[in-house]
Amino acid sequence: MNAQNPSAVQKPQAAMIADCDIHPIWNKPKDLYPYLSRRWQEHIETFGLSHRHGWQTGTPYPKGNASGYRNDAWPEDGGKPGSDFNLLKRDLLDANNIELGILNATGANGQGFQNLECAAAYCTAVNDWLIEEWTAKDPRLKASIIVSYEDAPAAVAEIERRAGDERFAQVMLLSRTAEPLGRRRYWPIYEAAERHGLPIGIHAFGFGGYPITGGGWPSYYIEEMVGHSPACQALLTSLIVEGVFARFPKLRVVLIEAGFAWLPALGWRLDKLWKTLKAETPALTRKPSEYIRDHIWITSQPMEEPQPREQLLDTMDWIGWDRLLFATDYPHWDYDDPAHSLALRISDENRRNFFRNNAREVYGR
Amino acid sequence: MSLIPPSLIPPGAIDCDVHPAVPDLRALFPYLNNHWRDQVVQRGMGDLETISYPPNAPLSARSDWRPASGKPASSVAQMREHILDPWQIRTAILNPLYGVHLLFSEDMAAAFTSALNDWVRHEWLDRDERLRASIVVPLQNVDMAVAEIERCASDRRFVQVLVMALGETPLGRRHFWPIYAAAARHGLPLGIHPGSSYRHPVTPTGWPSYFTEDYAAQSLALQNQLTSLITEGVFQKFPDLTVVLLESGFTWLPGYLWRLTKFWRGLRLEVPWVNVSPTELVRERVRFTLQPLDAPPTAADLEALLRHVDSDKMLLFSSDYPHWQFDGDEAIPAGLPAQSLQRILVDNPMDTYPRLGEP
Repeated sequence: MNAQNPSAVQKPQAAMIADCDIHPIWNKPKDLYPYLSRRWQEHIETFGLSHRHGWQTGTPYPKGNASGYRNDAWPEDGGKPGSDFNLLKRDLLDANNIELGILNATGANGQGFQNLECAAAYCTAVNDWLIEEWTAKDPRLKASIIVSYEDAPAAVAEIERRAGDERFAQVMLLSRTAEPLGRRRYWPIYEAAERHGLPIGIHAFGFGGYPITGGGWPSYYIEEMVGHSPACQALLTSLIVEGVFARFPKLRVVLIEAGFAWLPALGWRLDKLWKTLKAETPALTRKPSEYIRDHIWITSQPMEEPQPREQLLDTMDWIGWDRLLFATDYPHWDYDDPAHSLALRISDENRRNFFRNNAREVYGR
Repeated sequence: MSLIPPSLIPPGAIDCDVHPAVPDLRALFPYLNNHWRDQVVQRGMGDLETISYPPNAPLSARSDWRPASGKPASSVAQMREHILDPWQIRTAILNPLYGVHLLFSEDMAAAFTSALNDWVRHEWLDRDERLRASIVVPLQNVDMAVAEIERCASDRRFVQVLVMALGETPLGRRHFWPIYAAAARHGLPLGIHPGSSYRHPVTPTGWPSYFTEDYAAQSLALQNQLTSLITEGVFQKFPDLTVVLLESGFTWLPGYLWRLTKFWRGLRLEVPWVNVSPTELVRERVRFTLQPLDAPPTAADLEALLRHVDSDKMLLFSSDYPHWQFDGDEAIPAGLPAQSLQRILVDNPMDTYPRLGEP
């Protein structure tokens, strides 16, 4: 076996690929002003953004690299990485032969703002900005609809506003919500997404106000980063156990940027618990792992790196090769390069599904 | 490699996780002074059972281990009849889960925790020589926790320091370090068990609707605690300390370590004292009890997963009595390599708990 030698495997950039997690960003809040009413411009200038953490700007933990970006992603004009369409087109889309790129506008995007009216206005502005500044410039790019999920009626209104527009590919939520995502306050969002055939993309991160561990606030950024995987396991547990998939049988959920190697073991644990405790949740008519198999897609980055690397193939077999979606996370520091990701001996069919076809299938774009 | 079928427990096993139940709060009265006994009566304090194990939930006790009246596992006689005698257990380690860790008053927590340890000593350890126990410590106050270790450690039948998976602050935080110094000084591993003081919701997104979610979250809590212990440098600071993760499975371990070790490579500038790969640290210093296994569907899958774990020194046999994790006597899952069985049942527990080797 020569599976660890990258030269022994086909170079993926020879084929077209889909990148399921690209992060465009505005340079400063003022870039969104063309899409915000005067009332909200003045509000933000006067009172700032009302997110559930204590800093005026930035994130609770300083990141490992300046603002969490690749060093080579800074535009020459001094803007933020991910703010310059031409640079992103050259370094990401063209360089990697990307035919479908999903734009996930994370950052202070309105999601999770405590002022719900401001949150809704801000999300709408970000969606308008995504159309004007990005998808209108390149048909390969499709955007995720940013919705203010803590206010389900406003989120549903935003979905209704965008759902007929093919330039949007999914509804995006963040993982750190105010309540577990299976709770019924969020169900109108799932109902609207299912009705319009839009997947729900749940991107790791956000600020829900609670510590990332159920046992208090950790000291370090590395703990928060590693903790996003247990956090996503908790939210997926909630979606399954609280009956979201039993209630919305056509709903598709894409889990983004929380790793994937944890998914099989979570299914095994929930199956074992369901066997013992199913009297508590009569709405669940199937094993939890079957809901996972039917309803969950999961992006690859940041891809886990076992030694030896072939062990990852067992994990991918357990998840199913029709459910894994390649993502780069450009322009963030822990970017996965398609030329070096999955440097393992796998079938051509699995490779095509992983790098392209699964994304085309789930997003229908 | 030969794999064993689900099988009976061979005689002489060391069971590293069993749970004696305090019949009710008044059972601690002989071990509380007048002040605290009066408080219990005057203030109408009820039993200290927690929502971590609803008494009648199927998981909390196997139906064939439920007595006609009273709590499951609330007497030595029950434990003898259900597991110690039929399985010819050589040693069983008692991990009491009574809710003293939820109390808010530091003084009350320390008094009730001491009473709990004294109750275990007199009502259990004195009554069956096969029994050993963990020292429950009041994390509400670190000085008091250290004092409790010092008070109990001279009784060599205490073999471990026990804390719950979810408290006020992550377990790696430095204010807890005197507890680890005391544990290491006395040759006591740190055991971390599902359970919460419920100072925070059990999930990072708030309170779940169902008990199933609470229990599922406990293994996630242990993953976060392991990250905390590793990144804060506990294993470097206390080279003689072993950590045992109880009752939370281990099939999550490979995926967890792949992620943590990758981020350690990218972010070790933040925690420069972590000078050994987390994968290596866990392999050397962390142990896992067997039940619940949360096993994949087939023996071949479990075999593949054990290759990912890449060590047969980390697993410790446990029945998790009286919790319902398996039926009949089939505590040994299909798919474990036959040559590892002796290690899991006896050798690994003996290596992990130095006091078990004492006469």
